[in-house]
Amino acid sequence: MELNGAEIVVQCLKDEGVEYLFGYPGGAVLHIYDALFKQDAVKHILVRHEQGATHAADGYARSTGQPGVALVTSGPGATNAVTGIATAYMDSIPLVVLSGQVPTPVIGSDAFQEADIVGITRPCVKHNFLVKDVHKLAETIKKAFYIATTGRPGPVLVDIPKDVTSPAIKIPYEYPKTVTLRSYNPAVKGHRWQIRKAVDLLLEARRPMIYAGGGVILGNASAVLTDFTRLLGFPITNTLMGLGGYPGTDQQFVGMLGMHGTYEANMAMHECDVLLAIGARFDDRVTGKISEFCPRAKIIHIDVDPASISKTVRVDIPIVGQVGPVLEDMIEMIRSSTKVPDPKALSDWWTQIARWRGIDCLRYDGNSSIIKPQYVIEQLYEATAGAAFVTSDVGQHQMWTAQFYKFDQPRRWINSGGLGTMGFGLPAAIGVKLAHPESEVVCVTGEASIVMCIQELSTALQYMTPIKIVNLNNRYMGMVRQWQEFNYESRYSHSYLATLPDFVKLAESFGHVGMRIEKPSEVRAALEAAFELSDRTVFLDFITDSTENVYPMIEAGKGHHDMRLSPCSSVERELA
Amino acid sequence: MRHIISILIENESGALSRVAGLFSARGYNIESLSVAPTEDASLSRMTLVTSGSDEIIEQITKQLNKLIEVVKLIDISESAHIERELMMLKARVTGAAREEIKRLADIFRGNIIDVTPSTYVIELTGEKSKLDAFIQAVDERAIIEVVRSGTTGILRGDKGLRL
Ligand SMILES: Cc1cc2nc3c(=O)[nH]c(=O)nc-3n(C[C@H](O)[C@H](O)[C@H](O)COP(=O)(O)OP(=O)(O)OC[C@H]3O[C@@H](n4cnc5c(N)ncnc54)[C@H](O)[C@@H]3O)c2cc1C
Ligand SMILES: Cc1ncc(C[n+]2csc(CCOP(=O)(O)OP(=O)(O)O)c2C)c(N)n1
Ligand SMILES: [Mg+2]
Repeated sequence: MELNGAEIVVQCLKDEGVEYLFGYPGGAVLHIYDALFKQDAVKHILVRHEQGATHAADGYARSTGQPGVALVTSGPGATNAVTGIATAYMDSIPLVVLSGQVPTPVIGSDAFQEADIVGITRPCVKHNFLVKDVHKLAETIKKAFYIATTGRPGPVLVDIPKDVTSPAIKIPYEYPKTVTLRSYNPAVKGHRWQIRKAVDLLLEARRPMIYAGGGVILGNASAVLTDFTRLLGFPITNTLMGLGGYPGTDQQFVGMLGMHGTYEANMAMHECDVLLAIGARFDDRVTGKISEFCPRAKIIHIDVDPASISKTVRVDIPIVGQVGPVLEDMIEMIRSSTKVPDPKALSDWWTQIARWRGIDCLRYDGNSSIIKPQYVIEQLYEATAGAAFVTSDVGQHQMWTAQFYKFDQPRRWINSGGLGTMGFGLPAAIGVKLAHPESEVVCVTGEASIVMCIQELSTALQYMTPIKIVNLNNRYMGMVRQWQEFNYESRYSHSYLATLPDFVKLAESFGHVGMRIEKPSEVRAALEAAFELSDRTVFLDFITDSTENVYPMIEAGKGHHDMRLSPCSSVERELA
Repeated sequence: MRHIISILIENESGALSRVAGLFSARGYNIESLSVAPTEDASLSRMTLVTSGSDEIIEQITKQLNKLIEVVKLIDISESAHIERELMMLKARVTGAAREEIKRLADIFRGNIIDVTPSTYVIELTGEKSKLDAFIQAVDERAIIEVVRSGTTGILRGDKGLRL
């Protein structure tokens, strides 16, 4: 088969099995767009801003485990994509981003719409390439997919100068079946001796704790993690990125940990004697003050990326490998071991945890006449039977969703944790809905976040991706307002959104349905009405209590046991 | 602690900037960095001198290994090794000072590689400390310029950094 460069790009995507390509045209990619026009195997989704392309591809990837693919033009197209690339990078999401570049002879001459996107993205990609020769195109695209999806996943950018896709040059095409890179061989199986030591330590633990993160989801290891945890009977917590990696409604699950984690999860971290970290990276939102992190624990850490191990917290037993295979080895060793965890110690530990749970740290004022944001999420959880795909933006609404929507399955909770990118939720939801047309897809957002990528409402209409947008409208950048209340004596510097659009009319002008909900008694009915409109995108503007804060909260620089609790939780009971 | 990290890296454009970018982005020190092609045209060999606590050096080597283009690396300062640096020093020397500096160069086993009526260029190789000592010994006012290659190094014995 003889193809030109542009046709090669499209044919590679077909051969890679790419279903959707999220993109936006421009001069440097017009040859590619012409090749796209002549086929229909790869479906192109025209976003309204290149940030939206990368977030939508990202949402697709997070919800399916398949790489997300985006196509942008040179210069401003590529720079607009950077926020989405950095978002994927921080959360280890496999993306392949194809960017157009000015023709090779003029690279470096400040040509029209030239930007050194390989240089600009270097610190926020797993790897990137500039393809200067059409003969290297197919092989490079293959490498990009291989690197993006193996080991610790991440975004890979392929920058393609316009002359490389020229229709004038046709060459024989063959998509490589495999690629090998002598410098890249990610680990799979863990070292058996290390695993053995870890198992011995776990079986001797008296106050064990499992801390599982996004690596469980990235590694499709939720089922084996669940078996493993049930086999041992240990308490387990998830990071924000790990939610759904272990069933959120299970008795052994003590909730999320960290800055806005539950009292019981954070106290168990503080008191445990053996900590097993699985596919988690000891982020500062999780550890709090490093010197007070798990002060009594020996720490085991399973991670595919050696650089994640002992990066911020020194660990006692490192295990480099994929979560799934390592946990399978552990299960096998536990089953064949003569030792079992001390039942008395474990039951005392659970008694202690039950006491911490009794604090009821997530309790809020249920009798308020103003809509409480937590109430909306609880109702959303019930209305969707806990089975929806939920994307979010960044802020208080994100934390309440993490706390109140109990995810029982992986890849259902889609949010930007590492970079914390406002504007992520809506385009991500579009990517998720395309991948899962039969499932409910909800975007929980705030009135500040949603406008950052609001233009994607047009994309949602064009491709008929009916999603439900739950806007927790507190008229504030609530998360900023909360920090200002606690740390700046309530000086609300530029966190109040004095002018807001009429979101109902805004939704309508984009061709969708808008609803405004102002009373707690209307919340459930509104949600149900929205889900009834199964073929429409519905924007639900919930007018919520602007003074509500996210609790518990570990303020920066504090240890896990040093939490600020809600005035509604039953602290007195514990102190008594 | 000072560490010397030897790296075999794909000889591709951009590989060097990935290493340099890693150090600036993560705030690691670079004392010196030298790169040159190897007998295998597809590979370059880089010698990087850095300093930091054991934890930082561990992160540096892990992060370097994570770069796709890095094929192999070793911290040669952890084993018996030899390190060398090349220096060329240009000095303004007339009259009696000419003999003086020539004697000094001899003591340090340096060579005079360029001569004009008023200047010498002295070439010297050795460990960093030896080169530092030579500069100390030369009259500061006489020095026109100094150029140093940065440290390179190799393991002693039969071990080596190769594919
Ligand atoms: C407003 C806001 C508040 C936040 N508050 C909290 C909070 O209270 N609590 C909280 O937990 N987070 C919070 N976060 C998120 C936080 O910033 C981090 O994104 C998150 O804690 C990181 O999760 P993780 O450790 O699971 O790592 P991830 O970023 O998910 O990284 C995954 C880890 O697993 C490894 N890995 C990947 N694949 C595999 C595999 N197959 N096998 C083995 N290992 C693998 C990777 O190398 C990496 O080390 C907050 C974020 C925002 C924006
Ligand atoms: C692009 C971007 N800019 C700024 C921030 C800092 N930030 C974090 S949360 C937040 C406020 C979000 O407000 P809103 O969307 O209304 O959510 P709320 O906290 O009120 O629920 C801001 C500004 C960010 N995370 N992302
Ligand atoms: Mg808000």
